[in-house]
Amino acid sequence: MRKLIPAPAPLPSDAATRHSAPHDSAVAHVTGRAIYVDDLPAHARMGYLAVGLSPHAHARLDGLTLDAVRQSPGVIDVITAADIPGRNEVGAVYPGDPLLAERELRYAGQPVFAVVATDLVSARRAVDKAVIHATPLPASLDAVEAIAQGLTVLPVHHHERATPLDRGSAMKNNTQTREAPGEAPAASHCVSGTLSIGGQEHFYLEGQIAQAEALDDDGIRILTSSQHPSEVQKLVAEVLDRPLHSIVAEVRRMGGGFGGKESQAAALGAMAALAAARNHCTVRFRLPRRDDMLMTGKRHPFETHYEVTTDDRGILRDTTISLIGNCGHSPDLSEGVVDRAMFHADNAYYLGNARVTGHRAMTHTASNTAFRGFGGPQGMMPIEAAMDDIARRLGLDPLDVRKRNLYTDQKDETHYGQRLDQHLIGPLIDQLEKQSDYRHRRQAITAFNQENPIIKRGLALTPVKFGISFTAQHLNQAGALLAIYTDGSVLINHGGTEMGQGLHTKVCQIVARVFDIPLGRVRISATRTDKVPNTSPTAASSGADLNGMAARDAALTLRARLLDLAAEQYRQPRDSLTFSDGQLIADGWSMPWEELIQAAYLKRVPLSATGFYSTPTIHYDKTTGKGHPFFYYAYGAAVSEVEIDTLTGEHRLRRVDILHDVGDSLNPAIDRGQIEGGFIQGAGWLTTEELKWDDKGTLLTTGPATYKIPAYSDAPPVFNVALLEGHPCSQATIYRSKAVGEPPFMLALSVWSALRDALSSLTNYTTSPALDVPATPERILLAVEAIKSASTPAACPEGADHG
Amino acid sequence: MLSFTLNDHPVQCKSPAPETSALTLLRTTLGQCGTKEGCASGDCGACTITITSPEAPRRYKSVNACILPAHQLAGCHVTTVEGLAKETQLHPVQQAMVEHHASQCGFCTPGIVMSLYALYENRQEVDMVDDSHLDHHIEQALSGNLCRCTGYRPIRDAARAVMTTPSGPRPAQDKAPVPPAVSTARDYLLPTSLSDLHACLARHPDAPLVAGGTDLMVEANARLRTFDTLIDLTRLPELKQIMPLQEGWYIGGGVTFEALLPLAEKHYPALAELLYRLGSRQIREQATVGGNIANASPIGDTPPIWLALNAELILDGLSGERRLPLDEFFTGYRTTVLGAGNYIKALILPSLARHQALWVWKLSKRRDDDISAVLMAASATVTGDRLDHVRIAFGGMAATPARAPALEQVLEGHQLTAARLAMARKALAEEFTPLDDVRASSTYRRIAAGNLIERLYWHLNAVPGHKELTHA
Repeated sequence: MRKLIPAPAPLPSDAATRHSAPHDSAVAHVTGRAIYVDDLPAHARMGYLAVGLSPHAHARLDGLTLDAVRQSPGVIDVITAADIPGRNEVGAVYPGDPLLAERELRYAGQPVFAVVATDLVSARRAVDKAVIHATPLPASLDAVEAIAQGLTVLPVHHHERATPLDRGSAMKNNTQTREAPGEAPAASHCVSGTLSIGGQEHFYLEGQIAQAEALDDDGIRILTSSQHPSEVQKLVAEVLDRPLHSIVAEVRRMGGGFGGKESQAAALGAMAALAAARNHCTVRFRLPRRDDMLMTGKRHPFETHYEVTTDDRGILRDTTISLIGNCGHSPDLSEGVVDRAMFHADNAYYLGNARVTGHRAMTHTASNTAFRGFGGPQGMMPIEAAMDDIARRLGLDPLDVRKRNLYTDQKDETHYGQRLDQHLIGPLIDQLEKQSDYRHRRQAITAFNQENPIIKRGLALTPVKFGISFTAQHLNQAGALLAIYTDGSVLINHGGTEMGQGLHTKVCQIVARVFDIPLGRVRISATRTDKVPNTSPTAASSGADLNGMAARDAALTLRARLLDLAAEQYRQPRDSLTFSDGQLIADGWSMPWEELIQAAYLKRVPLSATGFYSTPTIHYDKTTGKGHPFFYYAYGAAVSEVEIDTLTGEHRLRRVDILHDVGDSLNPAIDRGQIEGGFIQGAGWLTTEELKWDDKGTLLTTGPATYKIPAYSDAPPVFNVALLEGHPCSQATIYRSKAVGEPPFMLALSVWSALRDALSSLTNYTTSPALDVPATPERILLAVEAIKSASTPAACPEGADHG
Repeated sequence: MLSFTLNDHPVQCKSPAPETSALTLLRTTLGQCGTKEGCASGDCGACTITITSPEAPRRYKSVNACILPAHQLAGCHVTTVEGLAKETQLHPVQQAMVEHHASQCGFCTPGIVMSLYALYENRQEVDMVDDSHLDHHIEQALSGNLCRCTGYRPIRDAARAVMTTPSGPRPAQDKAPVPPAVSTARDYLLPTSLSDLHACLARHPDAPLVAGGTDLMVEANARLRTFDTLIDLTRLPELKQIMPLQEGWYIGGGVTFEALLPLAEKHYPALAELLYRLGSRQIREQATVGGNIANASPIGDTPPIWLALNAELILDGLSGERRLPLDEFFTGYRTTVLGAGNYIKALILPSLARHQALWVWKLSKRRDDDISAVLMAASATVTGDRLDHVRIAFGGMAATPARAPALEQVLEGHQLTAARLAMARKALAEEFTPLDDVRASSTYRRIAAGNLIERLYWHLNAVPGHKELTHA
């Protein structure tokens, strides 16, 4: 550079965090200018890829007849497993996910071969001309049966705790007779139940897609809609048998991810890369919605069982919870998913003596995968079911039972040995109880239900305590690369990906805050594996925690260099220098940011730096089931009011009040968006989103015509959301904020609990009706019918209120 | 050749294949990628665009481009999300979306912007004065737009804000002349008069007819179906007529559900309530009265209502014009008496007699943009407590939309007492063996259908607390 551009006029700083800056792509979104992979300009020689899917849940693959496919108009290439130069494996953690099936078909929807054609329709037409020769084999389609038969993808795991005082006696008492009258001090109440929890399709609006370009130096560039570009890079390298440095994966933005693009986007990248490498061209691989829903995994369905004993006040003494995660045909991320379910079996409650067991069932279905909450939502449900059951048994308001069982500073250790260092949940619930007018509404609803024979209302307050960190320790690291240009503009790259959650906006705010410069001076470009290497997935709610810290670290390095320069060059005392409102200032001296940067350039101060962060203090020992797996916990609570029609099972969400803990918010508007969006997504999972398979294991709900995510009119008409104020994170997180991606999802458990409350009103709150999820109109109506056909509550045998 | 106006600019392109969607034309041929494909089945709204048809150039229809036949763009003003902002000035809808943090991943956003744009540009027609009206209109406008990120609250806030703000200067295309309708395709025929249509039918008696295309195009997209020739019914003024008759209403087969709404709101409120939940706004702008009947789906929303109201059809085409009670139209699962080369010219809908009531209840997994698991339409004259002229029809309970004669007979001439309700339930249970599918089990359908009779009982007996769910 021979000549600098004139320094732009300084702008006042609007930087700072805690500011509700709009999403960095907001204008691009609303104008349609935001580019997603399928919007990229087509290359002159572009191939479009489609895959042929297994029609069988389980079969021996005897062969493929593909002649007609090859001869189909527009076909450029046909690819089978035999054509893979490297490993035929795209499993994220454990092997088990071949890119293309080789000898065995392991689920209906598994990719078997691929076709590259001059356009997508030609590719899809060609695919339909294949003949797949296969011999069907018995299929495992039921998770409970699978465990009975020893069909698992990974071994069972336990968390066990006997509290010191109760050791020996308590677990034994568990099996003694229940509630013997006259034994008040030792009285023990036992409730148990089974709960079947459905899976959930991610239904990111942008389906899975990747585009691969063969470069002139044996390299491959992949534009992918992935939450984990480094894994795409690695798996492409393995499939092609090329070194990692020849592969670049790039993500500008995703049209939604929610966990569905954490591990399972890699197969698309690998397939497109293989096709691009074979044909020395650019190949786009976009899954039509039906193929996407058939081929990719979903939230794990869980089969759960719980048995708890309490004292007369409903306080837990012993808790036994068994969780069977339906993992699908391969491990994928199921180790972590079922672990997280186990870690959250307590939700916010002290379980007493506890035994939590996590099974990982193998079924011949798509490999279930990450989905917002990562097993946490399923793990929390049994104990929330138990809270309602205890309340009905003892004639208490479920809220009181919940409050009595919360962790406190005396009872602060989880069943896996981590101590809570922040006791927010009690005060948070108290505040929400007041704000939502819970007690008055409880009375009003009880009165309403007495007057209305058909329509019944329900109310519930449920808490959330969610552990923040990847439970795989090594993933808790992040890198960033920061460049300041001579006009004072700042470009930041980091390892996190933008899927709508506002991560890039937050990271820009963090960097702007370090220098106290306007947000408009800071920009983020696409996430690229050649800018920041070896990144972790943007998952586990950790995006801002990890990448924000890494970006700040890079910014602090540059900040120190700039201060050194100013101290030396302008003879200002280094300690008195501060960045403020677009200037570097000291006593009676100031310099605009842009001039400072130009001076630094002319003085040959390096204006780029990398940053790095790894989360401290976390550890977990799988052999003992003990440790400190989470850096901290995020808390929240929600009150939901519902209304059911006992004639039809239809239901509505009337009002929701949420109070949620994000520490010191980095961006209140974005955080609120995560809370509301997570809540509604959770409500969809629990009510309308139903996955159905036929008896041969083929998914039937393969599009939005049959799979119903919440629509506009499903949002509650009254939706009060507040951030908990005045409680910065107790750990040294990025500006004392807390993660917000996943925790709010589980606030929706209040909807399900409120539905059970409404059903319970049919027996004047004396029974606690079983309600599997999703609680569709059909399940609600059948629950009503079960209540109607049951004998009177008084005759209901103790403990029989759960099927 | 196909010509239309796209974002104020004239477009002429080579005639696409008959089954080509407007979305494919926009994204592939014209390189306009702001409009997104989310599902290719008209269920998610990510591809929403607006069109103003040659007949109603000032009314903005929001439609799903993925299931809109490209040829139907001929002569229309088409607006996509790229056409809203002028230079750097965002349209008020866009500005409100930004200010209210109403986009997250942004993929559904263009569709949401376009649905709100249509509402905004049409809003002089609608009553935005009080909050409940405003919310109703916004809800209707967004009924076909799925967002997986936001939970909709910020979108609602953006919509409320912009709809209650006085509008600035109107966009340019409001004044731009509507281009002449031009489609010269030989395989996608757009007749503009009935004589034209009859000539087309004579030449291509086996050609599928397309009106809204909301089913046909889904199939074309999903199964890669192609067509030698399609005959389009959307440019026939005769099929869009709604006229009063001595006995009721003449409703052209090509009347869209959105166009039917004013009549329903005024004369058949229960029908209007159903129409608010039929598909979505985008579907209602396209789907037609005739199409929903001719399609003969057992779960079509409107045929049970027409059956309950004793409607008749006027069929026309190669077999000549004839009038037929709807009762005689359906012959089996997705089959009808309508032969090749014939079409539904009109529905004759009787007026509600004095004391005649109509009840329509649709049960679905989700309130909006969903297909019925069960739909019951019942009509009777109610004098005192006595029911006469009882006609009850169901969707989702048999292979066709079907009346329940045994049930009707149990109720005919009687008061619906608790005892009669039990008889009615029994009659209904014996009358149908409902289907078991992905939307609901046969058990649910059986119990729920019986309970809909009970709902009728509660309505007729006006017992306190018989109220239905609060559609806030």
